[in-house]
Amino acid sequence: MLKGSLVPLVGIGLAWGMWMEPASVWAAEASKLDSGDTAWLLVSTALVMLMTPGLALFYGGMARKKNVLNTIMLSFVCLCLVSVQWVLWGYSLSFGPDLGGIIGGLDFLGLRGVGFEPLEGQSIPHQLFMMFQGMFAVITPALITGALVERMKFSSFVVFLMSWCTLVYAPLAHWVWGKGWLAGLGALDFAGGTVVHISSGVSALAACLLLGRRKGVGSEPMHPNNLPMTVTGAALLWFGWFGFNAGSALTAGAVAANALVVTHTASAMAACAWMGVEWLHRGKPTALGTVTGAVAGLVGITPAAGYVGVGGALAIGLGAGIFCYLAVVRLKPALGYDDSLDVFGVHGVGGTWGALATGIFATSGIPGSSDGLLAGNLNQFLVQVLATAVTWLMSFGFTLGILLAVKGIMGLRVAEEEEMLGLDLSIHGERGYGLELAEGGLSKSAGLGTHTLAATVSRPVSGPLGT
Amino acid sequence: MKKIEAIIKPFKLEEVKEALTGVGIKGITVTEVKGFGRQKGHTEIYRGAEYVVDFLPKVKIEVVVETELVPKVVEAIMDVARTGKIGDGKIFVLPVEEVIRIRTGERGVNAL
Repeated sequence: MLKGSLVPLVGIGLAWGMWMEPASVWAAEASKLDSGDTAWLLVSTALVMLMTPGLALFYGGMARKKNVLNTIMLSFVCLCLVSVQWVLWGYSLSFGPDLGGIIGGLDFLGLRGVGFEPLEGQSIPHQLFMMFQGMFAVITPALITGALVERMKFSSFVVFLMSWCTLVYAPLAHWVWGKGWLAGLGALDFAGGTVVHISSGVSALAACLLLGRRKGVGSEPMHPNNLPMTVTGAALLWFGWFGFNAGSALTAGAVAANALVVTHTASAMAACAWMGVEWLHRGKPTALGTVTGAVAGLVGITPAAGYVGVGGALAIGLGAGIFCYLAVVRLKPALGYDDSLDVFGVHGVGGTWGALATGIFATSGIPGSSDGLLAGNLNQFLVQVLATAVTWLMSFGFTLGILLAVKGIMGLRVAEEEEMLGLDLSIHGERGYGLELAEGGLSKSAGLGTHTLAATVSRPVSGPLGT
Repeated sequence: MKKIEAIIKPFKLEEVKEALTGVGIKGITVTEVKGFGRQKGHTEIYRGAEYVVDFLPKVKIEVVVETELVPKVVEAIMDVARTGKIGDGKIFVLPVEEVIRIRTGERGVNAL
């Protein structure tokens, strides 16, 4: 049934090797598959899937009212486009047979040869492993979008997205998880501190530097349109992260349980840390700050979840809350880049801290882990520094290169008028909230009341925003 | 006939409505508005970015009455809408030329 429905999508050229004959697979797998592990990974895959719509809400709530749908779409379209890219060629480049430690071969193109028997050393169907990994490939570029919102052309984003997944994500995932050269050096990255968070955070920095600041940043108030939605999104991220980290054990045993415990602990600690620092620094504990801290903690613990205990989790959470707060509140204003929703501040800085902290707090007390700096293993820390530096350079350089090419071919930013009108109307032709006045209408002509509203309803595109 | 427009603090709306009903007013129009006067705005903080909000939410009440009733209405509003703190709002009294009830076509005071 799957085969029948997918063939028209991928074209005849790929269809020839799309699926192995299931009948020949069932017999071989029976001895190696573990139903408990498989059940947990099925659930984990669904949990990680939910993170991308959760991220859409998290980001969507922080955008201005006129850009809420575009902000949501930037994440949601990753779920759609990258999922297709993944089964066609993304998975093969990331996890295909190793070519010189750099990239996976094309053997799994269109999932050719990706059947249901477990891979070596695993106890879940190969296709399930593929889909679980696919969810990571989906959310990583979606994270970047927080730095691009409210000004980027949607068409340019789609081109950037496909290029980035192929040229940046696939090699990085291969280096760390696909038996590539970083894995060969012994770099520890349990669930994606380098592959997911440093790569997206640093790419976001490169992107917002090239894209430039939104019109009015620093001079006009830019109120989030719906913070309860942001809190809902953060809660979904936290929930889904149990699949992200504990699922990365690829088994339903002690390592998964440890990952779940340290993930939850680090997130809670980081939320407390952000709230506390903000309270001391600015005098008020904000909801946006607290949930941002929780996400920073989740980012920080991601590479370490399979290698540290609860003590390490508390330390990583504390560091993530404080360092990310400083990056967002101090570093960003000081340097002046418009990382609109703080992707670099949270994922770049939190991911870097997490990758390094893994080399500090790792303990061989966890099955499959090695010792870190605190246990006297300086070498592990140095390997983490190297993996971090390489990921930084790779992400920054390639993102800049891709975006410069896209800029040259089709431009990156919407026209100034479209930016002022809002991307919901100018790109998508719809608005997020019923009959509300479009943003700008009320503040520019306070108290116009029902007359302005009527005008907005009858002429939605050229309403009070058409200035 | 006069139209009385009162800008008041939003949380005073219910009390003002009851006071107006008390002096015999049969209908009012209420609008949520924003604006500024002598009351200062407030500061909002989002991830460290501070915004001063100049426009504060207020409620505008509009009521049209016979001229003789104006002092009672003004007094009723002042009685209940006053907190004594800055930002209590203002009352405007404007002349009204004509009133027409759409359903019946009645005009003037009868249409109120």
